[in-house]
Amino acid sequence: MLRDVADWIERLFGLDPATFAYSWITNAVVIGIVALMAFVFIAIFAGPVTWWERRIAARMMSRIGPNRVGPQGVLQWLADGIKNFLKEDLVPAAADGPLFKFAPYLVFGGFMATFVVLPFGANLIAADLDVGLLYLLAITGLVVIGMLMAGWSSNNKWALFGGIRSAAQLVSYEIPSAFSLMAVVLAAGTMSMQGIIKAQGAWPWEWFLFRNPFLFVAFFTSLTSSIAEGNRTPFDLPEGESELVAGYHVEYSGMRFLWFMFAEWGNLWVLSSLATVCFLGGWQIPFVSPADIAASTGLAFWGWQALTFAVFATKASLLVAFVIQVRWTLPRLRVDQLMITCWKYLVPLALFCLSGVLVLLWAVEEKGALDWALRGVSMAAGLVLAVASFRKTRASYMADRDLYRRMEGKELWYPPFRLP
Amino acid sequence: MSDPVVSAIVFYALAAFTLIGAGVVALSGNIVHSAFALFAALFGMAGLYAFLSADLLAVVQMLVYVGGISVLVLFAVMLTSGLDDSRTSNSTTRLVGGIAVMLAVAAAAFVAASAIPSGVESAVAPTTAPIGDLLLGRFVLPFEVVSVVLLAALLGAVTLARGVKGGDR
Repeated sequence: MLRDVADWIERLFGLDPATFAYSWITNAVVIGIVALMAFVFIAIFAGPVTWWERRIAARMMSRIGPNRVGPQGVLQWLADGIKNFLKEDLVPAAADGPLFKFAPYLVFGGFMATFVVLPFGANLIAADLDVGLLYLLAITGLVVIGMLMAGWSSNNKWALFGGIRSAAQLVSYEIPSAFSLMAVVLAAGTMSMQGIIKAQGAWPWEWFLFRNPFLFVAFFTSLTSSIAEGNRTPFDLPEGESELVAGYHVEYSGMRFLWFMFAEWGNLWVLSSLATVCFLGGWQIPFVSPADIAASTGLAFWGWQALTFAVFATKASLLVAFVIQVRWTLPRLRVDQLMITCWKYLVPLALFCLSGVLVLLWAVEEKGALDWALRGVSMAAGLVLAVASFRKTRASYMADRDLYRRMEGKELWYPPFRLP
Repeated sequence: MSDPVVSAIVFYALAAFTLIGAGVVALSGNIVHSAFALFAALFGMAGLYAFLSADLLAVVQMLVYVGGISVLVLFAVMLTSGLDDSRTSNSTTRLVGGIAVMLAVAAAAFVAASAIPSGVESAVAPTTAPIGDLLLGRFVLPFEVVSVVLLAALLGAVTLARGVKGGDR
């Protein structure tokens, strides 16, 4: 993908990409620019999403949340960023200096490396690797090493506990995550991210989520393990405040601390867009086939890119909102419960889904009557879940509102996006 | 990457990264530093695989060695009690024997490598499908035997770690 852009730029300057001797310079420049674009994207995603999360959290806890910097507090993340820039970069006297200083970059680097294969739109992807999905699972290993490094080099027992917990958690939850994503690979017949998206369609009944009941379950095992791999509540034991103060980054301050937070909130996008790619049909638009988009040129081409990006970002953002809501709804698990959830429930369930998908792929003819029946069943299950979750959420809001009215004699801010 | 000079630079950078990592593993007096350097060496190997356009191998190297083995090594090192008191076995004074072994291995590797025809340019192509075909077709028996060996190792590790009956747990 990047090679095409580099070739296009060379042709723009009247050079022939096949014979141009310094092609590698153009390639390197394009790679640098794309890396910068990914970095800027994640910066303007991860920043505001911290504000968004804090506001949702506040609303769910019946308090106000950050509302001082800018209208409704939307600029809170900028204030936080500037504050962290200005803080002193502390290194504890007993810490292992070089490792302590290097660890945040390892975590952030491992996180940024996922953007090599994450698609944003029909052609908006840095490199559509043939082993894309596997690469994404593999590169998170850097994050684990970084967390262990941070935990150990801080020379603080809480940090070490946090680091070890997070490593144990990430290594364990990689297994159900990989199994459920392999079910998707089986259904798509490829590990390339764009290939997986193209194997689905734009309509919900063409998504892998509703392809058959096994993939429907695999979506939830995959999302649960992704949340666990992202160290988010209910799986945030590595930084459980009540037990470990802050876990592996307890000794960090200033910008180095910010790198950890950056990776943590940016990871929300990674896990949501991974689920969007694998289960929710990615960037596909109804009535437009990927071939049409590939065939378009000029302004129409960029129009499609923008439109597919909008579709993709909408799906991913809805998932982000869902994951945030889960975080502030569920209490934290205990260490043994965490491991039991993984090894006794998620791993067998994901394996079962993998075998189920295999059997169905072998036994059920695609687009046959049985196939449609399976899709119908999955969609019905999805509908029931969605309605039940909506009704429960609404009932909680209403109960909250009535309580508030009785106590204060005032109206609670409702709907929830109308904030005080 | 068709430029031979750039290719050479990339190759030597990756090789240097790997070798420095391996050197720190062998020579560092701090065993945790050794463990982290092992991770760097294995990561450099993944880079070399990627450089040789063995895409699946590079990713599997990352998945198994970087994400799995080195985390386990770090875990074992960090959870070992009395780490600071223990003497590391790779005392830096025993360089002579080490260098002798290294030279012997390098000579063997050189002999082995000269048997492989070099300079064969092959097109960059995805390797996943052919490897899958071979593993589940021609080499299905070795593949299954390896999995049985791994299962045996797994059971053996559990049995060893479990300790004597009636102990804690």
